[in-house]
Amino acid sequence: MSFPLLTATAALPAIGAVATAAVPAARRTAAKWLALAFSLGTLVLAGIALARFEPGGSRYQLTESHAWIKDFGVRYELGVDGIGLALMALTALLIPFVILAGWHDADPLETNSSRWRPTQGFFALILMVEAMVVLSFVATDVFLFYILFEAMLIPMYFLIGGFGDRAHSGSDENAAAQRSYAAVKFLLYNLVGGLIMLAAVIGLYVVAGTFSLSEIAAARADGSLTMATSTERWLFLGFFFAFAVKAPLWPLHTWLPNAMGEATTPVAVLITAVVDKVGTFAMLRFCLQLFPEASKWATPVVLVLALISIIYGALLAVGQRDIKRLIAYASISHFGFIILGIFAMTSQGQSGATLYMVNHGISTAALMLVAGFLITRRGSRLIADYGGVQKVAPVLAGTFLIGGLATLSLPGLAPFVSEFLVLVGAFAAYPAVGIIATTGIVLAAIYVLVLYQRTMTGPVKAEVQGMADLKVRELVVVVPLIALLIFLGVYPKPLTEIVNPAVQHTMSDVQKKDPQPEVEAAK
Amino acid sequence: MSATAVHSLWTMAGGVTSAAPDEKFKAPVIEYTQLTPVLIVIGVAVLGVLVEAFVPRRARYYTQVFLAVAALVAAFAAVIGLAAAGYGTTKAHIAAMGAIAVDGPALFLQGTILLTSLVAVFTFAERRLDPESHGSRVDSFAAQAASVPGSDSEKAAVKAGFTTTEVFPLLLFAVAGMLVFPAANDLLTLFVALEVFSLPLYLLCAVARRKRLMSQEAAVKYFLLGAFSSAFLLFGIALLYGYAGSVSYAQIATVVDGSIQQIDPALADTMGNDVLLLIGGAMILTGLLFKVGAVPFHMWTPDVYQGAPTPVTGFMAAATKVAAFGALLRLLYVVLPGLTWDLRPVMWGIAIVTMVGGAIVAITQTDIKRLLAYSSIAHAGFILAGVIAATPQGISSVLFYLATYSFVTVGAFAVVTLVRDAGGEATHLSKWAGLGRRSPLVAAVFAVFLLAFAGIPLTSGFSGKFAVFKAAAEGGASGLVVVGVISSAIAAFFYIRVIVLMFFSEPKADGPTVAVPSPLTMTTIAVGVAVTLVLGLAPQYFLDLASQAGVFVR
Repeated sequence: MSFPLLTATAALPAIGAVATAAVPAARRTAAKWLALAFSLGTLVLAGIALARFEPGGSRYQLTESHAWIKDFGVRYELGVDGIGLALMALTALLIPFVILAGWHDADPLETNSSRWRPTQGFFALILMVEAMVVLSFVATDVFLFYILFEAMLIPMYFLIGGFGDRAHSGSDENAAAQRSYAAVKFLLYNLVGGLIMLAAVIGLYVVAGTFSLSEIAAARADGSLTMATSTERWLFLGFFFAFAVKAPLWPLHTWLPNAMGEATTPVAVLITAVVDKVGTFAMLRFCLQLFPEASKWATPVVLVLALISIIYGALLAVGQRDIKRLIAYASISHFGFIILGIFAMTSQGQSGATLYMVNHGISTAALMLVAGFLITRRGSRLIADYGGVQKVAPVLAGTFLIGGLATLSLPGLAPFVSEFLVLVGAFAAYPAVGIIATTGIVLAAIYVLVLYQRTMTGPVKAEVQGMADLKVRELVVVVPLIALLIFLGVYPKPLTEIVNPAVQHTMSDVQKKDPQPEVEAAK
Repeated sequence: MSATAVHSLWTMAGGVTSAAPDEKFKAPVIEYTQLTPVLIVIGVAVLGVLVEAFVPRRARYYTQVFLAVAALVAAFAAVIGLAAAGYGTTKAHIAAMGAIAVDGPALFLQGTILLTSLVAVFTFAERRLDPESHGSRVDSFAAQAASVPGSDSEKAAVKAGFTTTEVFPLLLFAVAGMLVFPAANDLLTLFVALEVFSLPLYLLCAVARRKRLMSQEAAVKYFLLGAFSSAFLLFGIALLYGYAGSVSYAQIATVVDGSIQQIDPALADTMGNDVLLLIGGAMILTGLLFKVGAVPFHMWTPDVYQGAPTPVTGFMAAATKVAAFGALLRLLYVVLPGLTWDLRPVMWGIAIVTMVGGAIVAITQTDIKRLLAYSSIAHAGFILAGVIAATPQGISSVLFYLATYSFVTVGAFAVVTLVRDAGGEATHLSKWAGLGRRSPLVAAVFAVFLLAFAGIPLTSGFSGKFAVFKAAAEGGASGLVVVGVISSAIAAFFYIRVIVLMFFSEPKADGPTVAVPSPLTMTTIAVGVAVTLVLGLAPQYFLDLASQAGVFVR
């Protein structure tokens, strides 16, 4: 019996959450350091998992399997393939930065209330989300995954609704109402998606008699499990709907701008860079693997929806007046690219989509967190309230620019690699789709550069005068992320090495061959 | 002694003369040891009445609480003993001359009822919540139930520091009835058990200390509608007797499936007449569906839940539902399995309107107790989905759901008793705004219960809901699962609304305070939370228990 590394990686932040929540009210700073220590410990464990993983080895590695609820046919089964591992590492990597960036976001405004401990709660909830997200990336039991998929909504909901952005226009009451609206919208959208998935999960059990991913795959391979075409399609739709809400895919995306706008910046990063990845990851792992025929059947519709997401998200991002909502719409566009890559059903597309998930996590985190530092300084989220920041805070402006350029996929930065792969993959299978998707890149250039131009260049606005540049804590957050963006932009091989074998497995699940093998060879 | 012989005592007493005199007056065989749970509870209840008569007033409260707790613990121990002796599985049989079944479902449900009642007794006994009145501690019950609200005699009773300790024997009588109800194996026992647990409940609803008029109104409504439903049940019993010539479940089942040996000459005209069976069966179902609060027989639920003293509401909401669903299951599986296909469309319809109706109407509620009442209606619909499954998994999933639901319910109502303002409990939702800021722990505990009601994973509510829906899907009722899932989503909205109110709203200046309870209520709430989390994370042991208990003796 080897050391249960994956369980430990998920359990450590969960223990950290309990420990952080138990810190007495007066010892706020201790709680923050404790949370940071636990998140760094998790990062170390994720690093060990990364080192132990053999890219050429069996499909699922570091597996664990224990009986859990026999009556439901549920086992506690864990295992990682390259895709899950990359996303688990991304999660473990980003959480320390999220915690550092949110260092002061949950300090109580007044210090009179003794039992109300928002700071402890804030960091405990972040660690709780981390634990659940990590476990959902390594769960190979459908039921276990479902439980985490649903349960992570609750801490997220409290993070969005309980800790609002203090930079808001209008009165406090109005802001509280909007925040509560955003939190409820987030929860209801995702809960409805999850409950529809529940019906499909039960349906899957009735059909397959087990929840184990490997058992179902084996049964399908040797022909002992066959699904009627209509059954498979209904089940696919049930699963896909939940993931499309989470991802989010147009037209189920409307909760994201609200949630990201009203939440504090670190929580907004948590939503888009970490939690939403569970949705796209699950499409790749569950939709394609469990329902290959139905996935192929649904491909045309999904591709169209993804294209709409790309263009629509980018267009709305161009029109935003609020910095955080702009980044939210940009994310919707990017999620369109990810889903496009997954459903193009080519190995470049799916490798690209997986890399995209990781790179988008890092680049959005960088851009959003710098934007958060900016917003905290000025106390406003409106683009119009800024101007000429690069003269007073050059480092802030510079990091903001790099984050922005990463978002528009500038060659040399990590997102370029993944976006290029997705477009190549899409073009190989569906040339028209590839061409339309490319317009998303042009729009991305517009919204990023216009944002930069309006906020950072031009005459220095009076309110911006004397704005402080990035402090040490903020530099500690931003610099590693930017370094990582450059590193993975120049040398993506460590990542592709892990991801590619897993993508090949998924491709063989859907029994798809690449349409143009010479592209594969050229790479 | 077979079941047939019992009914011959009633039906042939006049006509049969050939029997020897010693056979006519044969002493009934009663397996006392197997009935100990019921006998203990009912015996102590009688003792409680004597306590009221003979023990001095100042010692009554402690005596009654001690007796009630001791009775429930002893009865639970007896249930465990019977189950350990194999009466739940291999030795399951019908005791007391065909009147009472001792089998898995009966023992499981009796255990659940006893444990729920035990934690409910603690909330009954709570005396720290209300401020001391005239130097003595008071509980949630009227000083003197018989005095007219606002009258001089009421004032005198309050001044003298009286408390209604009769609630404890009343509770025990109700529990005794509930223990028999799911075990009843003939229709008359079923009816007697129904009345034995209903009458004390009507009384308990009427004895609130605060808002006495509302409490009495609730009791009258409950009594009138309850009497109405009892009449339905009784009429249905009469019709079924006409159909089968017997009130015994086993006998009726043989007539239903057509394997009857001899036809009673006195009933030759009516026996086997399907019209009687269908109408009679439907009427009995009506009576039982009234008790579980299924739409369209749910009208009493919100008013009664709101008006009754909150500890009573918690007890009633949990234990009555367990007992009534137990009886419903036994009736459908033992007596009417031949009718499965005739009843299915009706039961489908009822389950659907119950799930959807309960969830939709709950959205507009502004009172926490009414909200929980409608939530209980929606839950009744979910349980019906499992009842309809008509498979062994269906039985065990319903048993499991009832166990999870009852503890969450008692716990949630116990929390409601804590949130108070000058007028007693502050049940209007607007007063709960910002509770999370003022008392994070109480609000967090209540949030756990709400999430369990909503069926969020990692709580017992999810395990239960999953078990029931899975059984329904396997039993071919996928449509019900889809409706159930949709109404769960609707229901989630109003549970979430309460959480929003507690955590995301600013506290009001004149908001309620959270009373610090004695260890009694704390125990109730702690048990509720513990069961909610244990059954959410590691339900396997209890699922095993429920599936072992999932076979009815015939």
